[in-house]
Amino acid sequence: MLPDARGRFGPYGGRFVPELLVPALERLEEEARGALADPAFREALARELRDWAGRPTALTPVPRLSGAWGAELWLKREDLAHTGAHKINNALGQARLARRLGVRRVVAETGAGQHGVASAAACARVGLPCTVFMGAVDMRRQAQNVARIRALGAELAVVEEGDATLRAAIDEALRAWVSDPEGTYYLLGSAVGPHPYPWLVRELQTVIGREARAQMLERAGRLPHAVLACVGGGSNALGLLHPFLGDAGVRRIGIEAAGAATLAHGRNGVLHGCFAPVLQDGHGQVLSSHSAAAGLDYSGVGPEHALLRDTGAVRYEVVGDAEALEAREACCRLEGILPALESAHALAGARREAQRRPGSTLLVGLSGRGDKDLA
Amino acid sequence: MNALRAGGGPYVAAYLPAGFPSRPAFLDLLPAVAACADVVEVGVPFTDPMADGLTIQRASRVALAGGTTLVWIVEALQGLPAHPALYLMTYLNPVLAFGPERLAAKAGRAGVRGLVVPDLPLEEVDLLRPLADAGVELVPLVAPTTSDARLRRLCASAASFVYAITRPATTGGTVAVDAGLRSFLDRVRAASGAHALLAGFGVRTPEQAAALCAHADGVVVGSALVEDLEVGRDPRTRLRALREAMRG
Repeated sequence: MLPDARGRFGPYGGRFVPELLVPALERLEEEARGALADPAFREALARELRDWAGRPTALTPVPRLSGAWGAELWLKREDLAHTGAHKINNALGQARLARRLGVRRVVAETGAGQHGVASAAACARVGLPCTVFMGAVDMRRQAQNVARIRALGAELAVVEEGDATLRAAIDEALRAWVSDPEGTYYLLGSAVGPHPYPWLVRELQTVIGREARAQMLERAGRLPHAVLACVGGGSNALGLLHPFLGDAGVRRIGIEAAGAATLAHGRNGVLHGCFAPVLQDGHGQVLSSHSAAAGLDYSGVGPEHALLRDTGAVRYEVVGDAEALEAREACCRLEGILPALESAHALAGARREAQRRPGSTLLVGLSGRGDKDLA
Repeated sequence: MNALRAGGGPYVAAYLPAGFPSRPAFLDLLPAVAACADVVEVGVPFTDPMADGLTIQRASRVALAGGTTLVWIVEALQGLPAHPALYLMTYLNPVLAFGPERLAAKAGRAGVRGLVVPDLPLEEVDLLRPLADAGVELVPLVAPTTSDARLRRLCASAASFVYAITRPATTGGTVAVDAGLRSFLDRVRAASGAHALLAGFGVRTPEQAAALCAHADGVVVGSALVEDLEVGRDPRTRLRALREAMRG
């Protein structure tokens, strides 16, 4: 299974970082491979995911929404996981890895704040100090998560540089790591960045799709016709979609946000240590993305998604802010579930799929809860 | 100046961000500073400079806001007096967007002897193969975290000099020339053979330069020159002081 030895998914991926970080990434890769192959590590992580993070998360049938949209919808409820989003799966796994590596502290970036909250919580749980880098623009629009990060004992570092959103926060977290490559662990929150992160984050997130697949078989008695997830960096989408890649009868659909649709509009380049589509101008300067969903507001995308797009294994569509907001409202009013704006993009994608194929069975990744968006 | 080589120094390498403080001012500044430097590094601005500290981030923003592009830099260099050791310091993405073949074709006329690319690891140098084929050097960067085995491979890839990063940090700040750094530089020296060894990141004072040149063939100074420009000081004064201290 990909990536290859150079960390490539086809032409995408790799490890484009300053020489200072190369040894740290090599050590991380070796330790991560060892840990993920170690039954004791896997069992202890699974136990913590159950006892502390509340897994498995529910698979919820939504009959009123299904009736309104004309399809049979099922929601994979990552909003019910501890701290309110799928981010905890990755944060907990990497925090335990950081412990194994014997580092002094953890740094993390955050956009919507969910990865920041998850990192703060996971670091508290394993007993490591944590600094979360967050863009000033994101801090204003996700104030509630800012308070949660601080309450959980993490230090919050405000990033005023660049576009002051997720991209600038990653830049700053990388700089913090460059300045202490041996004592600091960089807890990257999405399936982006230099090898081994895109692989490591995927491996820690596929618990979503493995659970959902088994739950569908048990509850619906069949696999869905289509599985849908939103794509920013793309960790929740890989986590949900990957375990369905071998299922010939299942359509896999990723939904990008308009204004941050890197797979639709990006050109190949190198951003944050990896070769993948990037929103950039003709001179190779990275352009700012613009989405109401802070967690999708990123100018890059995970390298594996680019390969899945090229091979046709996953089909990608673009949904705008207004369509996502409508889907969020329907989910709230009809089902009593407030999804994150990010997840609302996947719901909007499901509504389109329902219009295209009425009566089909659709599994939708509800990647997080939407309290954070109601500032 | 003769070719850079081990023992041939001490060398002073000056980094100037292209298009800073403005494009016209840079065109005046570059020849003046180049006349006081053995090696000139022209910085290509990038929106996401992960290896740079605040000073060069600031300069990059000013340069980008002023419309500085690699296209402009290559054109501008063609109109300036040649310097025997002029290098572009650039992140990989602007080069990929420009096109490595196109840059290879234009480097000679622009007087660009080589590239320093902080986010291009040894394993991926094939991406810039057209430049190497055209005789444009790729300067290897080595760091205190680099293993001996990797150090040998990196040094073996050098054409004229090896760039040693003095400490785990972004550019700027100030370096302490301590036992750890001295032994790192000696470790690089043992691997770098006939190639010149230049030490950079956090070099700003004559004292630092003098202490470093006992273990290296020269120093690279960048952020301190940018800060000179920001407060209206002539960066050549600093370059001359560094050279004097190293000749000591």
